[in-house]
Amino acid sequence: MATKQPTRRCGARGWLGIVLMAAGVAWANPYETTLGNGMKVIVKEDRRAPSVVHMVWYKVGAMDEVDGHSGVAHLLEHMMFKGTKKLGPGEFNRQVAAVGGRDNAFTSSDYTAYFQQVPPGELGRMMQLEADRMRNLRWSDEEFHKELEVVKEERRLRTEDKPQALVHEQLEASAFLAHPYRRPIIGWMTDLDAMRPADAWAWYRTWYAPNNATLVVVGDVDHRKVFEQAKREFGGLAPSVLPPRREIGEPEQRGRRESAVRAPAELPYVALAWHVPTVRNLADARDFFALQVLAAVLDGYDGARLNTRLVREQRLAVSAGAGYGGMARGASLFILDGTPTPGHTVAELETALRGEIARIRDQGITEAELARVKAQAMAAEVYKRDSLMGQAMEIGMLEMAGFSWRDEQRFLEGLRAVSAADVQAVAARFFAAEGMTVASLDPLPLAAAKPRAKGPAVRHGGGE
Amino acid sequence: MKRLVSQFLWFVASGFLAAGPSWAAVDIQSWTAPSGARVFFVESHALPMVDVQVDFAAGGALDPADKAGVAALTRALLDGGAGALDEAAISDRLADLGARVGGGADDDRASVSLRTLSSAAQRDAAVDLLRTLLTEPTFPVAVVDRERARTLAGLKEAETRPDSIAARRFSAAIYGSHPYGNDPTQESVARITREDLVAFHQGHYRAPGASVTLVGDIDRGEAARIAQVLTAGLPTGEPPPPLAAPELPAESVIRVAHPSAQAHILAGMPVLARDDPDYFPLLVGNYVLGGGGFVSRLTHEVRERRGLAYSAYSYLHPAQVAGPFQIGLQTKASQADLALGVVNETVRGFLDKGPTAAEVAAAKSNIVNGFGLRLDSNRKILDYVAMIGFYRLPLDWLEVYPKAVPKVTGADIQDAFRRRIDPRHMVTVVVGGTEAQGDTPAPSAPK
Repeated sequence: MATKQPTRRCGARGWLGIVLMAAGVAWANPYETTLGNGMKVIVKEDRRAPSVVHMVWYKVGAMDEVDGHSGVAHLLEHMMFKGTKKLGPGEFNRQVAAVGGRDNAFTSSDYTAYFQQVPPGELGRMMQLEADRMRNLRWSDEEFHKELEVVKEERRLRTEDKPQALVHEQLEASAFLAHPYRRPIIGWMTDLDAMRPADAWAWYRTWYAPNNATLVVVGDVDHRKVFEQAKREFGGLAPSVLPPRREIGEPEQRGRRESAVRAPAELPYVALAWHVPTVRNLADARDFFALQVLAAVLDGYDGARLNTRLVREQRLAVSAGAGYGGMARGASLFILDGTPTPGHTVAELETALRGEIARIRDQGITEAELARVKAQAMAAEVYKRDSLMGQAMEIGMLEMAGFSWRDEQRFLEGLRAVSAADVQAVAARFFAAEGMTVASLDPLPLAAAKPRAKGPAVRHGGGE
Repeated sequence: MKRLVSQFLWFVASGFLAAGPSWAAVDIQSWTAPSGARVFFVESHALPMVDVQVDFAAGGALDPADKAGVAALTRALLDGGAGALDEAAISDRLADLGARVGGGADDDRASVSLRTLSSAAQRDAAVDLLRTLLTEPTFPVAVVDRERARTLAGLKEAETRPDSIAARRFSAAIYGSHPYGNDPTQESVARITREDLVAFHQGHYRAPGASVTLVGDIDRGEAARIAQVLTAGLPTGEPPPPLAAPELPAESVIRVAHPSAQAHILAGMPVLARDDPDYFPLLVGNYVLGGGGFVSRLTHEVRERRGLAYSAYSYLHPAQVAGPFQIGLQTKASQADLALGVVNETVRGFLDKGPTAAEVAAAKSNIVNGFGLRLDSNRKILDYVAMIGFYRLPLDWLEVYPKAVPKVTGADIQDAFRRRIDPRHMVTVVVGGTEAQGDTPAPSAPK
């Protein structure tokens, strides 16, 4: 029984997530402390149900890798489940499962995070498990090599056989020449082929330390008790001397960059990217907030401009979207993407997508659109409180990007303060033709595609 | 913020959403509205918001035989125009209110959900908009034409993807001519007209068959008013005849060549009904076999011991009649047969010897101890209560559940699996690799 889903696109990509993160009300709650070894602890009490989310965030991710080692941050994340001096491989998962919990982990460019969701009485046990693997990881070379194969399968699943994922990999590899975001988080397959146990161990020893970690607990807990538990379980771990982090910039782009992926597919796809600011200082974040609103006016709801004009009215696209994160440790891109309707080309869609930015540059946005975007942000502020995991994610992501849960109110105020003129100004400023990177999918008919041993063909070039 | 790469897919959630429950009892108030709709209400004032979901027996199983896709398109186009509003006005009004409409159609049901702030002005306006979508959809020809074209484009694209091809072949093979196997195709969707959608809405979006679930910051009087407002204007047609259970398929192995890096493997058969007497032993047993994520046998054998796949699972999807039992994994095309051998060996071992006592204890411990976590938000409560309402499960189902699980024994599990997961009816689909296209006779049945 295949689930029959409507094929229409529902809602926005990207933006609402940012609003969820970027909005907030000031409470006495959450509570924060820092242990003697430098580990930060943030607790948000939410007593609605007997459930707690426990997360450990390490401020290290794929952007901290060096060339030839892409994927090591993510691979180490997998190896964190392979045992410690006290626990055998897989034992961590079994212990979490036994108390009724679920657990997982994820790696991004900027951070690596581990979490469990458990009944509140088991929180102390979860802290013991995380503290143990922060300092006492142990596994054999054999475990490493098996898990490396699992990660390669993950890459095949998420990237090699997903044409649009290949396009985004190309887009970032082309848009960034110097900045580490040019490398895929999961790693290039060739780098995975060359990966050695010593690489993972070096990564672990360098970055996994209490003074590089933030503990986030959200749920049915008393923060004073959680502080005590955290001190007991994590407080005795010795801090490390962390390597200095170098801020890596990106040289100015001096012309259109273009690349294409040829892979088995029916419909083409195109993604366009421009370099835009990352928010650093909330006192000087006008462009960041205006770009947030720009993305929302383009793709923040079903009736937003790209869906309304390109999909519904002109019928040029099967789908069209806009995305801007803007809150990160590294550089930011503003991305437009879409799939042209059969009979239309990627070039037509590119022109139309850029045309929507040009319209806003020339004519601005309406007050109704601006009010609509803000109304959604205010509502999202309430809705986000329904999810413990969502609240914990928000706190962790703010921390990793160099902000604090204390900044939530300022994010909301910044969004509220955006004017239509601000949005028009960023549309005029950041979308030059010579600063654009394009990556597209060139569909390879299935009949012509031969089963292959290696990755799909990738064409790379500049200009048209 | 860039995308995330996580250590493990959360298929456990989908497998268990099928099942789950809670400790803190959920107080479900239930009554029948004057419209004939059944109403289920959970009052919660912790957050100033309300979730509403209306479910209809209007899923894909009710598609006209030669027009698979009507149910999905009908549901998708409720907001394509309604009352005096066109689709742009609907989208804008929702956004202005900060309200969200969601839902979709599966084989059994069509769902429409609304999340809104609970202040009277916003709530009433959002409810009125939802009422218009449910009771007065206009299905404008231009919108129908466009969405049909987009659906066709999506179907064509899906035909190039190994995961979609595998899912489609699996569904067709295990259900044959049963309505659950009647998935939309380019031909069936191309035949769909506006009149089909109007007729489907008129015939199946019926007040007497609807269940309305409300969770959040309203009192019972308000809940009753909303449920009646939403359903009073619905059609009142006859209920569809009960769905027959599918016949079980003959064992087979279907191989489809594909240039993908990975082979996608699915294996299974129709098994589980919502009110199935074997529900709990199958549930606990499946946790051990492949539903328990990292700690399941399939993950252990395929991923942890041999590094053959990122994800290997089994799930049971309960449906009105015989939802699928499905095993799945993806592996480098050249090792598809190796992985399939491991899966078959694991299943055979499970059927032959059953779970160990330690496995049964661990499964029960996880399911029972983790019960409360499945109901720790309004959204999760809404999902469960709507499911209970739609499938007409007992109102105390969320209390019965954690009491039933501890009673399951290893012998119960082995007995249920041997009766219900019969290798002579297992269909295996392998998409990817260089094997010649076409079906091959099954190897001799294990056991």
